[in-house]
Amino acid sequence: MSTLQPKRQSPAFYALLVALIVMSVGPIMLMFTTSLRLNVDIMSDSSSLFFMPTIRNYETALCDFLWYEAAHIDYCDKTFGRALINSLIVATVSTFLTLTIGCMAAYALVRFRFMGRDTVSMTTLLMRMVPPAVLLVPVFGIWSFQFGIDGTLAGLVLAYVALNLPFVIWILQSFISQVPIQLEEAARMDGAGPFQVFFLVVLPLIKPGLAAASIFTFRIAWNEFLIGNALADRDSRTVPVTIVNSITEFNLDWGVVMATGMLLAVPPILFTFVASRQIITGMTAGAVKG
Amino acid sequence: MTTARANRFTPYLFLAPAALILAVALMYPIGYMVYASFLDWNPSQTIGEAEWVGLRNYVNLWSDAAFLESLGVTLSFTAVVVVIEMILGVGLALLLDRELRGMAVLRTLFILPMMIAPIVVGLMWRYMYHPTVGIFNRTLKSLGFEPIPWLSDGSWAFASVVIADVWQWTPFIFILSLAALQSMPRSALEAARIDGATGWQITLFIKLPLMMPVLIVTALLRLIDSFKVLEVILVLTNGGPGLSTEIMSLRISRTASEFRELGVAAAMSNYLLILLMLITMAMFTYTKIQERRTAAQRAASEEA
Repeated sequence: MSTLQPKRQSPAFYALLVALIVMSVGPIMLMFTTSLRLNVDIMSDSSSLFFMPTIRNYETALCDFLWYEAAHIDYCDKTFGRALINSLIVATVSTFLTLTIGCMAAYALVRFRFMGRDTVSMTTLLMRMVPPAVLLVPVFGIWSFQFGIDGTLAGLVLAYVALNLPFVIWILQSFISQVPIQLEEAARMDGAGPFQVFFLVVLPLIKPGLAAASIFTFRIAWNEFLIGNALADRDSRTVPVTIVNSITEFNLDWGVVMATGMLLAVPPILFTFVASRQIITGMTAGAVKG
Repeated sequence: MTTARANRFTPYLFLAPAALILAVALMYPIGYMVYASFLDWNPSQTIGEAEWVGLRNYVNLWSDAAFLESLGVTLSFTAVVVVIEMILGVGLALLLDRELRGMAVLRTLFILPMMIAPIVVGLMWRYMYHPTVGIFNRTLKSLGFEPIPWLSDGSWAFASVVIADVWQWTPFIFILSLAALQSMPRSALEAARIDGATGWQITLFIKLPLMMPVLIVTALLRLIDSFKVLEVILVLTNGGPGLSTEIMSLRISRTASEFRELGVAAAMSNYLLILLMLITMAMFTYTKIQERRTAAQRAASEEA
């Protein structure tokens, strides 16, 4: 009898929940299981739910990191391993730089009243909308003809820092404006300089905002394809670029491609599970509070 | 005295690195793009060698059937995607706004599609849309239906990229609307319930109007972002078959890299940028008006 527990939801509600979960996680699970199958197995006509999982695809993709000799690899293609390292460097360095520079700027925008504050906020917001495709031509031209940093990781880092800064400033602004100014005044009374106030008082208080901002920045830098594709040469390719290059091949090895896709997806998935609360705060900060 | 001066310069000191980077790597490129859009320029030349052609690139684009088609595809993709995602996202938020123990887990699972790389999203869907081994056609076949040419037929391909985008971004709308619902004043809902309003009436006359400011900002954010979609479509269809899924971003990147006409690509980028600028301005004006109105209301209620 459902009257015993009056607050119980109807079965249809739970069915909807289950359907939604299956829909949102299903494709990711499918990619994961595919990455554990051999290509012959994937391409065979009989679709069996039960198969022997194998890590061979991961071994093929990561062959230059293996400390043992994998029997099935005749020739080790080092492209992916190198790209993985490039991606890690680019994403970490640009996240670090964006955050440092971004929170200083956000702090100045919130705390110091000086001419042009509104204009700066407005520009920040306008910059947020610039699609990477629009930057494609000029970034290619400037980076290769004027700065001479095309094909270097530094060039990629510069592009990603610039791309992410407006968003980071925007998000951090809303966090910093919640820090009570009395705390800072107290610190200043005790003789702290502006930089001390910023690093020792403000920064520790906006940790959730920093977490959200860094995850968003890392995600963009880690996932970005278009500018990476335009700037990178053979040695500085990032993972998304290698994946797109590999799927244009005629004989597509779905197992290996899915394994590389899975490796690209793992860090964002981990972040999501560790810090979903901060991500959601970051997502809603702009829209819900205004 | 010195501290006073230091204080006066501190804001600029804090802003300087960001301003420098934005100037060098964002403002300057955009200015450069505007300049390049007046040139006949191919990637083997430096920009100084390119010939100045005035407004020719801009004018020619309007008689370029491929550009017009891709503009149409972009606009219809954006419109379809935003409408479907708003309806689904808001609907789900209204349905799931209950006291539920696993809500945190649920939200975590829902944001996964947004967090993983668009390239990977494209890969997953391309595999699922695969004509023979993809899960959709396999299921259709085992149920005795004809397989569907998901990516090889123009209108199906358009539907396919829309489905993939809806899968990826509906959670965004859902999460923002849920946040709006949960920050709603409970007193208004209580009052309506006491006055005998039904669930539908509460949703229609109280919840939705109260959510409206957030919903409009959300829709505009999503609108801006949907102009940026590129990777998923690139991996799924690469704009094809024909030009049926070639959105502007893709057209720009192809004009630059395949047709090697940087000036034309820059002119296209400029059109896209102007379009987005108008939308952003609309959003900014809207939030300003809203702020002013709530401020006025608050002042009025304080006076009363």
